[in-house]
This record gives sequence, structure tokens and C-alpha cells, in this order.
Amino acid sequence: MNADFACSADEVAPARQSVFGLQGITETAAVSDRVNALFADALDLYRATVDAQGLVAAITRDAFETVYEGEGRNDSPAPVADIFPHVDHLALFAVTLGPRISAEIGDRFRANDLAIASMLDSVASAAADKTADVLQHKYAESLRGHTAETPARGADRKSRLAVLRYSPGYCGWHVSGQRKLFDCLRPERIGLSLRSSFLMEPLKSISGVLIAGRKELHEFPDNYDFCSRCDTHGCRERIRTLCEDECAVEP
Amino acid sequence: MELLKQIAEGVVGGDEKQVAQLTGQAIEQGTPPKRILDEGLIAGMNVVGRRFKEHEIFLPDVLLAARAMYAGMDLLKPLLVRDGIPSQGKVVLGTIQGDLHDIGKNLVAIMLKGAGFEIIDLGNDVSPQRFVQTAKDQGAKVIGMSALLTTTMAKMRDVVALLEQQKLAGKIRTIVGGASVSEAFAREIGADAHGFDAASAVERVKILFGEN
Repeated sequence: MNADFACSADEVAPARQSVFGLQGITETAAVSDRVNALFADALDLYRATVDAQGLVAAITRDAFETVYEGEGRNDSPAPVADIFPHVDHLALFAVTLGPRISAEIGDRFRANDLAIASMLDSVASAAADKTADVLQHKYAESLRGHTAETPARGADRKSRLAVLRYSPGYCGWHVSGQRKLFDCLRPERIGLSLRSSFLMEPLKSISGVLIAGRKELHEFPDNYDFCSRCDTHGCRERIRTLCEDECAVEP
Repeated sequence: MELLKQIAEGVVGGDEKQVAQLTGQAIEQGTPPKRILDEGLIAGMNVVGRRFKEHEIFLPDVLLAARAMYAGMDLLKPLLVRDGIPSQGKVVLGTIQGDLHDIGKNLVAIMLKGAGFEIIDLGNDVSPQRFVQTAKDQGAKVIGMSALLTTTMAKMRDVVALLEQQKLAGKIRTIVGGASVSEAFAREIGADAHGFDAASAVERVKILFGEN
């Protein structure tokens, strides 16, 4: 699959709880009217400024090995290095919400309008994640019906092929890996550029690799060396949802 | 004084109009600006900080309170400058190079401002050289660094090393924080303090200034 795509604001509008989670508000917390109003204002701003786009490009294992190697600064061992040699379907991807929403967030922070700036920042972060989820789903759909990893007859649900995304900067894949990823994917056509620090412009963007493999391949433990320095362990939630979401591809 | 208490309540409630109006009223009545600051605005932010620490309120509530506090500060600042009232001290803050996650850093900035510190916020993706140069240029005694990513937190070590190279260690102190950063990591890289959360960061910064 090689494709560019655009999403409507509504298609990738984040759920209230995913935004509130980023704001540190638990699901059971009583939320004040003014915070709910702030969220509504942030959603309005989001709709007025978002321009969600993405692109995906299939890549061979050999080519991805070079991309993943990056500048040789990855942790080892690391999950992506353990997983990708065992799969047949890999694709580089990038998504962005466009420059206007990031500019709006920056303007609001500079104006000391911190509450709305922070809420919009969380809305945008959650929307960027959702855009990447949409792309992940599209990639999974594109694989449906022509996967080479057909399990044995009678294989249970666990042997389904599943797509999960991984990004430089996380889980031992050093953020400097962005450079080779950019060299290969060329996401400039959707307006992305790379800073010298390897952060993307616009900031509300995500890049990485989509890996389609047997679901159990993605179920890595969180006991790598770098995991002890990670407080979020966000991988656990991503793996958990993998068991439930629609991205699991019927072989 | 009732008016100062109302200002504090306005800050806690995130009511910027009320805070601006009452602060103006207190100024007109001849209340010393430093007293309005300490017993009104900072007192209000202290309540906010405590409630946040106790999980009674959340980040957006703190930010709304901060906006209300700024509404009062805008009126007080020229008077504090006129009266030669110094801030508690200057702190350079930023998210370390390669990292764009700055919610925690912004919260620390607000709580420090609420505690009377002057904050030079460099934003995110800040290079070690920029941290150190800004602290030197601005005469800041503390550099605060934040990181979420385990892959970027190593850059904090470069800031500490750069201060040592320039013989500024001890003169400019460092505090580190963020989801991926632990007390052990802070010790390992030679940082002077670790802020577990925004409230503890403020306490640690106060201690660092006390030590200087």
C-alpha cells in the first residue's frame, strides 16, 4: 500500500476521555462546568484549524532494517528489532494535523492563555493519535485478503495477523531514527519537515512504521532495560487494545 | 483583610475578571502591592497547588487559576518594579532537546510564578547550550529541565556537564523532572534536584535558592 490521504476534522476528532486523560483527569472524576466549557471551546478551535493528512508507503524488511538502524543509537535489545524480521508486511507512515493548529497552540501559550492552550494541545495530541489509528486501520484493511502469513487451519484468534505502529523516540527506537525515516518516506509533500533535534514540524505529527504480524509478536514484555526509565508504559494499553480493535486482520 | 481573601478566592475559582477588579480596588485603597501579591494572589495559588496535589482539582483548574492570577499580576507588576520588590529569583525552564512534551513543564512554570519566582520559559526542544547561555545571560540561579521520552532525557546530562565545563556548577543549580525522570537518574547525571511533581518541584527550587 502506497497512499496519501486526508481526514475530516470530525473523522479524527478525539473522544472526551482521551483528551481529559492527557489533562490528568481520571474517568471517574467530577468535572466542573468550566472545564467542560473549556473542552468545548478547544474542540471548536480544533475544528477551525485542523488539516489532517497522512501518507503510508510499503517497505521491504531489508530496506526497513537500514531505516531502523538510523544513526546507530537505538537501545538493544528493543521490541521493533525483535519483531520486524519475522513479518512480511511493513510500511512507513506519517500523519500531521497541519501547521495551523500548532500555531494556534503556540499563540495561545505566548498570550498566557494557558488553560485553552493546554486543552487544545491535548485535543491535538489525541487527534494526531487518532489520525495515526485511522491510517493504521486503512493499512490493515489494505492487507485483508492477501496476507502471506496464513495460519494453520483451526488456528485460534491469537494467530490473527495484527497491525501495530511504532515510532522513533519510543520503546528503544532512538529519535534520531527520524532522519532515515524521512529520507525514505519523503513526507515533505504533506508539509512535514525535520528539525535538527529530530522533532517534526508541525509538532502535532506522528511518524513511524506499521508492522503487520501475528498478534503475539507484538505482545512484547515491558522489561527491556529502557522500560525501567519509562513511567508511562503506554505500550501496555496499545497492546491491550490490539486484542480488541478492528485492526486485527483476518488471514 | 477581607479584600485580599476575596482576591485569593478569585484565583482559586479561576475568575480573572473578579481578580482584576479586586486587585485594582486593593491598589486604589492603598494596600501595599507586595501584600496584595503575598496575601491575595500567591495565597490563592498556594491553595490551588495544595488542592492539585491532593487530586481535588485537575490541570485545567490550575491553568484557569493561573490566568486569574496573571490578571492581578498585570496590575501589580509595574508597582512592584516601582517599589523595587525583587522576585524570589530567576529560573530558566524548558523541555529538553528532542522532546516536545511540555504539559508538566508548563505546570511547574505556573506554580513557580505563583510562588513569586521569575520564569524564563524556553519552551520545548531546548538545546543544552541554550539552557546554559540563557541562564548566564539572564542571571538565573536555577535551570529546570523536563523530559517525557527515555530517549531524550540523556540530554539533561549534557546540561550538567556544560555547567561543569564552564565552571558554573554550584552557581547555577539544576532540577530535572518529567515522566521518565527519576530521583536516581537525577543523582546519576549530577543534577542538584529532582521534581517528582509540580508541587515538589516548587519546594525543591525554594531549597535550591536557599542554598545559593
